[in-house]
Amino acid sequence: MALLKTFKDIGNYFREIAEGVASLIRGMKVTGRYFVKPSEIVTQKYPENRAELKMFDNFKGELVLLHNDKNQHRCDACYSCERKCPNGSIEVISSRVTGPDGRTKRVLDKYVYHLDSCTFCGLCVEACDQDALAFSQEFEHAVFDKSTLIKVLNHPGSTAEPKEEEHKETKE
Amino acid sequence: MYDFAPLIDSINTWLNGHLSPLWAGIVSMVLLGVAILAFYAVLGLYLVYAERKICARMQNRLGPNRVGPGGLFQTIADLIKLLLKELIYIQNADALLFNIAPFIVIVASIMAIGSIPFAKGLQAVDLNIGVLYILAISSMGVIGVLIAGWASNNKYSVIGAMRSGAQVISYELSVGLALLCIITYAGSMQLSEIIKSQEDGWWLFKGHIPAVIAFVIYLIAGTAETNRGPFDLAEAESELTAGFHTEYSGIKFAFFFLAEYMNMFIIAALATTLFLGGWLPFHIYNFTFFNNLMDYIPPVIWFFTKTAFVIYVMMWFKWTFPRLRIDQLLALEWKYLLPISLLNLMVISFLTLMQWHF
Amino acid sequence: MEETIVDINLKDKEEYVINMGPQHPSTHGVLRFETCLQGEKVKWIVPHCGYIHRGIEKMSEKLTYPQMIHLTDRMDYLSAHINNEAVALCVEKAMEVEVSDRVKYIRTILAELTRIASHQLWWSAFGMDLGALTTFFYGLRDREKILDIFEETTGSRLTQSYITPGGLMHDVHPNFQKKVKEFCKYFRTKLPEYDELLTGNVIFRERTIGIGYMSKEDAIDFGVTGPSGRGSGFHCDIRKIEPYSAYPKVNFNEITFTEGDTYHRYLVRIKEMWESLSIIEQLVDNIPQGPIMLELKAIKAPKGDFYQRVETARGELGVYIVSDGAPQPARIHFRTPNFSNLFIINKISAGHKIADLVAISGSLDLVIPDIDR
Repeated sequence: MALLKTFKDIGNYFREIAEGVASLIRGMKVTGRYFVKPSEIVTQKYPENRAELKMFDNFKGELVLLHNDKNQHRCDACYSCERKCPNGSIEVISSRVTGPDGRTKRVLDKYVYHLDSCTFCGLCVEACDQDALAFSQEFEHAVFDKSTLIKVLNHPGSTAEPKEEEHKETKE
Repeated sequence: MYDFAPLIDSINTWLNGHLSPLWAGIVSMVLLGVAILAFYAVLGLYLVYAERKICARMQNRLGPNRVGPGGLFQTIADLIKLLLKELIYIQNADALLFNIAPFIVIVASIMAIGSIPFAKGLQAVDLNIGVLYILAISSMGVIGVLIAGWASNNKYSVIGAMRSGAQVISYELSVGLALLCIITYAGSMQLSEIIKSQEDGWWLFKGHIPAVIAFVIYLIAGTAETNRGPFDLAEAESELTAGFHTEYSGIKFAFFFLAEYMNMFIIAALATTLFLGGWLPFHIYNFTFFNNLMDYIPPVIWFFTKTAFVIYVMMWFKWTFPRLRIDQLLALEWKYLLPISLLNLMVISFLTLMQWHF
Repeated sequence: MEETIVDINLKDKEEYVINMGPQHPSTHGVLRFETCLQGEKVKWIVPHCGYIHRGIEKMSEKLTYPQMIHLTDRMDYLSAHINNEAVALCVEKAMEVEVSDRVKYIRTILAELTRIASHQLWWSAFGMDLGALTTFFYGLRDREKILDIFEETTGSRLTQSYITPGGLMHDVHPNFQKKVKEFCKYFRTKLPEYDELLTGNVIFRERTIGIGYMSKEDAIDFGVTGPSGRGSGFHCDIRKIEPYSAYPKVNFNEITFTEGDTYHRYLVRIKEMWESLSIIEQLVDNIPQGPIMLELKAIKAPKGDFYQRVETARGELGVYIVSDGAPQPARIHFRTPNFSNLFIINKISAGHKIADLVAISGSLDLVIPDIDR
């Protein structure tokens, strides 16, 4: 009886080894398979593939103030983006200007955007009633000087787009 | 064909003819030293490159591809970077031991290369106890590892060094016993004699199943002896940050790094010499045309192809398996490898006694 | 816990104490384990947290509920969607509004994708903890597909800030359904590879089976939830106990094991990936039409206390809001899963080897910013 048990133990000993080796070979088959299949390589050569590297449309790269081809933006300095921003990344600087029709309205002077503190939550774009803001697909944000991350979003010399009637209607 | 002995002899006679015997000896030694060092550096760097490329392919990556075509000069650039790096002095470290450790490791591996036969006649020293010499020298490296761990004055390093000590002492047995199998078959410890005994077939093929078992055991134990994954407990990146070489920087770190790869090469070269017929070409019994064709391939290429294959298998191990734990590592040796190799040796002795091998 | 503090004070100066972390490859972040060793054996461990405390709870008191969302992304950055959902659900509960079915379905699909992505990253890192470096790349390779789906819809890969009180920031991308289905098909072919490479591997099994035993009682005592708790037989899946979003509408199993060792905590997560795939496949074809944002005058909770819990990839995340009726919370507390999961480590790894400590802390799947908040 004891002899039988010993034989059983010896059998188990070798079975254990065989099973272990089999499991190791299964693992090696996986890595070996990928070794002979270069088509499975997923990494890319980054700076070389810049041309075909397109971000998705929704990608939140950095905030931009949209300008049309006449260098006009749609911001009416309502401050809703600045109020919505959770960490004070947006500073809207505006002044009151009296127009030729005698009505006083706010005019955007400077739209300061702190890219260094922006967390890309997207609340500013959601908050904008005028659809003046959007996120660009720019993703290469690394700079040598931190101060260059503080950006003025309205282009030099830009003016507010005159509000068209139809635009107003859709709003109402 | 392709015998290097006449070439070596002619250089020797030329030297002896022009210089006094003392100077001839010195010059030949210097020549040899320079040749081995150059070989060592180039091979070490390209083994690192090969490993990076192989693991990249296994992991669906491209691997080094920036410096030179296909990243061929990447490791050279790395070496230059390491040469220029600051050697950090560790406070309260044992300065002498700390500085000497990397040299012990690297000298041990350089010395072992000396007796490896790369081709017929292309061997620095053909000792009559070649196998024993390589075993003895390659286990010197662990002294360097132990010293490095101890002298670093770092708790992680000491743990790594102790692990390495336990590991090498245990696995030395299996390596020795696996090699003893072939020594029993061949009846000699001289590497050139062992290769000669394989002219009619490699020991892996003509040594029956015990030789295959010995080969597998040798591969496992050899991987363990080089401190490579899955037996890289002495470094154990995720446990001990970098184990015994945590505190080393710059070129001293590079020494440990290169020595690891060269030890792998030595283990693979020894496997090639003992099991895979060394620089002998691959022959199929009585297939004359094929055999003649194989003979045209130079023995150096045969040697390096076989070695590269063994190295590839060792890298394959590393990049597939998780690391063992220290007690499992010792259990694997004492409970599995050692009994099996002892049994194996007994069977082989019997086979040799009865002259049953081919 | 008290015991441990006494231990620190009374500890023998001659003991071999090493600091694993704050900078250490196996702690996956700035966590410090003060570890006492006896040879290779671990005598005791004291986890020290707080290295990445950012005061998210305090900061949230100043912000309105929609503004707060982007901070919750940064607690457990691997479960960003689920964190967002927790706050959104709590605020919706307080305001007594219910979002449309479309929102519920999308939230659930995103949450399950997040769970898979998180488990993939955990699988990668766990393999690496044990020394199998290749797993890291396979896990990340498959996770990339999920991140692409997230990026296309939400615009971000990691900190999405997409689920907001009252609904979603904007509608999903038209490709969303197609991409999700493609991913499910793809990942069903890759998951068996995970088993071949690691689960069945004899070294891996030796390293994990029977290591770091946690009893069901321990799990309940320490509040260990999520896959770590379920590996010990603690039925703690909030998706089953208190179904929210679209979970009442789907069939899935709560994976539990009674063994409670590292290997079974591992298995729970592997099997959860299969379950998540099946949940996604049940939902993705039936996303109903509906508004994606409720028409709310203002998002503010009425006066009172509100609590909502959800199941993140690591366990139970509770959001407790004390409101005084303002648009900002008067006080907010996050009951994060990792904080509770962390402190069992002394109990389950004392007496094991140092290599086991790495395996055990890997099997708890700790995300350090979630511990410190």
